[in-house]
Amino acid sequence: MTDRISNWTAADDRMVENAIRRGATRRELLNMLLMGGVALTAGASVLTRATSAIAATPVKGGHIRAAGWSSSTSDTLDPAKASLSTDYVRCSAFYSRLTYLGEDGKISMELAESVESKDAKVWTVKLRKGVTFHDGKPLTSKDVVFSLKRHLDPAVGSKVNAIAKQMTGFAAKDDLTVEVTLANPNADFPTIMAIHQFMIVADGTTDFSKGNGTGAFVCKVFEPGTRSIAERNKNYFKTNGGPYLDSFEYIAITEGTARANALLSGDIQFASNMNAQTSRLLENNPKITLVNQAKGNYTDLNARLDLDPGNKEGFATGLKYLINREAIKTSVLRGVADIANDQPVPPSNVYYNKELKAKPYDPEKAKFYFQKAGLIGKKIPLVTSEAPTAGVEMAVLLQQSAQDIGMDFDVQRVPSDGYWSKYWLKAPVHFGNINPRPTPDILFSLLYTSDAPWNESQYKSPKFDAMVLEARGMLDETKRTEMYHELQRMISEDAGTVIPVFMGGIDATTSKLKGLRPNPLGGSMGYAFAEYVWLES
Amino acid sequence: MNRQIIELVSWRLASAVVTLLIVSFTIFLATMMLPGDVAQILLGQAATPEAVAGLRKAMHLDEPAIFQFLKWLGGLASGDLGRSYANNMPIAALIGGRLANSLKLAAATTAIAVPLALTLGITSAINRNSLYDRIISGLTIAVISVPEFLLATLAVLVFAVYLRWLPALSLANETKTFADLLRVYALPVITLTFGVSAQMIRMTRAAVIETLNTPYVEMAMLKGASRRRKVLWHALPNALGPIVNAIALSLSYLLGGVIIVETIFSYPGIAKLMVDAVSTRDLPLIQSCAMIFCVGYLVLVTIADIIAIVSNPRLRT
Repeated sequence: MTDRISNWTAADDRMVENAIRRGATRRELLNMLLMGGVALTAGASVLTRATSAIAATPVKGGHIRAAGWSSSTSDTLDPAKASLSTDYVRCSAFYSRLTYLGEDGKISMELAESVESKDAKVWTVKLRKGVTFHDGKPLTSKDVVFSLKRHLDPAVGSKVNAIAKQMTGFAAKDDLTVEVTLANPNADFPTIMAIHQFMIVADGTTDFSKGNGTGAFVCKVFEPGTRSIAERNKNYFKTNGGPYLDSFEYIAITEGTARANALLSGDIQFASNMNAQTSRLLENNPKITLVNQAKGNYTDLNARLDLDPGNKEGFATGLKYLINREAIKTSVLRGVADIANDQPVPPSNVYYNKELKAKPYDPEKAKFYFQKAGLIGKKIPLVTSEAPTAGVEMAVLLQQSAQDIGMDFDVQRVPSDGYWSKYWLKAPVHFGNINPRPTPDILFSLLYTSDAPWNESQYKSPKFDAMVLEARGMLDETKRTEMYHELQRMISEDAGTVIPVFMGGIDATTSKLKGLRPNPLGGSMGYAFAEYVWLES
Repeated sequence: MNRQIIELVSWRLASAVVTLLIVSFTIFLATMMLPGDVAQILLGQAATPEAVAGLRKAMHLDEPAIFQFLKWLGGLASGDLGRSYANNMPIAALIGGRLANSLKLAAATTAIAVPLALTLGITSAINRNSLYDRIISGLTIAVISVPEFLLATLAVLVFAVYLRWLPALSLANETKTFADLLRVYALPVITLTFGVSAQMIRMTRAAVIETLNTPYVEMAMLKGASRRRKVLWHALPNALGPIVNAIALSLSYLLGGVIIVETIFSYPGIAKLMVDAVSTRDLPLIQSCAMIFCVGYLVLVTIADIIAIVSNPRLRT
């Protein structure tokens, strides 16, 4: 009986496995379990199960078919245009970046040997020797200059044009040295280079359908909206480690249940992004392994501070007390979420402010703030849609909590098609959804500075703007961390964005597929899983 | 009879051109009403006003929409479907393989569904009100009432997940042997057969029963014609008109309306292509797909009319 634990679910197993993946020691884990009320003998058996699921030596060989969830005729192998998870997976397999953001949130070097700067304004990138593209062309500084510069050309339609604009000078110093000059100092430059869109393509490329990069896999077949087949790159520059698979096929199965069924029937070996509902079909199946993704994506409730009712002091704060974070985590997202504290930097980030606690669910306090704003009894439209994940469920939950204190939210559910261009950022009170970004600076300058293109609540604070700018150029890590903690506090208190939880999906694989770990850049190991996973023989 | 058919076909051809023009203009108007354009959709959340303007200019989308439409129409007249806005590939190349896939699926379904539906429809008409007839009628109504996505998902659960006889996905380009082909097509064809044959069975049964009640069939019976001869020689030819029309309608659905089956089985057909095109606001691709569906429909209905004329002794004179 000792190894039987009541209330122990597959989600808990996953929690333990994920802790092991993060590198927790056995002692820490047992403490974690003891705190959860699990007897020591029983805890040990849980651990044995979980560690054997993870520890193994990689083996080479094999072919898998993996499925994402989104694919269309606009699928592309041009990293600058990559927008769907499917594009990210393919580009990560075919191309390489200058730097790589590891699972611990720290930067390692990939195509670059070093990325250094004295003043955070002029950055010198030294490239690895002997790297070749799939077509045999050696990698030189010209390729890097071409790859970075093209983001500035509007005709390319780059997704990261806004971030790339800070790069003002590009110079190929010699064959393997590039100097990039920034408009203003930015200590995050090495991290920015780890963003998917900044992958390195060959100088002068115009036809991207061949996927000619320096990546771990070579593109054999690419049919937009249908599939791609990749084969191991025999001349890959990394010699220790992956890729382990001989080849992999990547397709998309839009529908979650169909993806789960295909995995169960053995037609695919990897199903990315299962949600809490569909993963229930898979848990407790010994042939399937579920891996939690790093949590960082969030759906937020935005009250525009320049429009009625958000311009009434107290309304946004009231919302922060009225949103039931615990219920959203447990009922809406079935536990696959971390409670958030109304600011966009997730716990997996090295600059996360641990001291900043989430506001508790407190309808009475919320009522006090709504009264202060003079809004009790007024009908307030709340625009939501299926487009932001769980946006409808959150709206309904909020509406119910509001009824108890005499507030009247009118939930307006609009179509998801066109939601981002018609309602998001525009309606006075609406839901948004933000994908994880690798640095606090990108999140802040994208979402919260006065000139931010997606300032969801029209939060404007000169003090905030100045501090973001100062922190950006700060090479002293301690000071930088302090500033980022303060900036998170300011957003959490003053902005009109209510961020209840950080969400993360679940990747499901056959138990034979090993090596999958969470990565802060997103699901499927930051979309780069192909290089790191292996098939158990 | 030949003159009548030639007249019908030439009249149909002429009206088809007009119909296609009207359809394509309607589709154009509908596309214009959708929020956002291809530049905005491609840039997605990164669509700052200047980025959108830059991309529009680069893609020559800053010209008035009606002009782009007329340009596409002009290209069509010379047999050129144009290039996709979303990925700049020639539309003919995008559609080619997928249209072939859709036609294969439709052909396989037709080969099973039509004989099945005719047999079941005719036999239940002959044995009207028998236990057999009641079972068939009950089953067809049950199948009509169950939505396709449920049928498909149940079929996957039973045959792919529990029994593991068939694959859950129908990746059409994986087929090397005939056995592979059967395995890959089995589930979607079964699902679609359920969906389309139910309607055809009901229609066949009703049409045959109606003609069996007519005086000339009674006459044939009085003259001593066998039951087989009565049904196949006297009743069926007269019932064929409505039956082929029902078949034509069901088959036109197979060409463009099987989005649910394509989605659930990840089958790369043309319905999914059209949905992709709409979601990226890819005007030339939307138009081209719509034209194919429309042509397919017109061809099927015309064939149905010709068969009705040829088979019906009264129209044949």
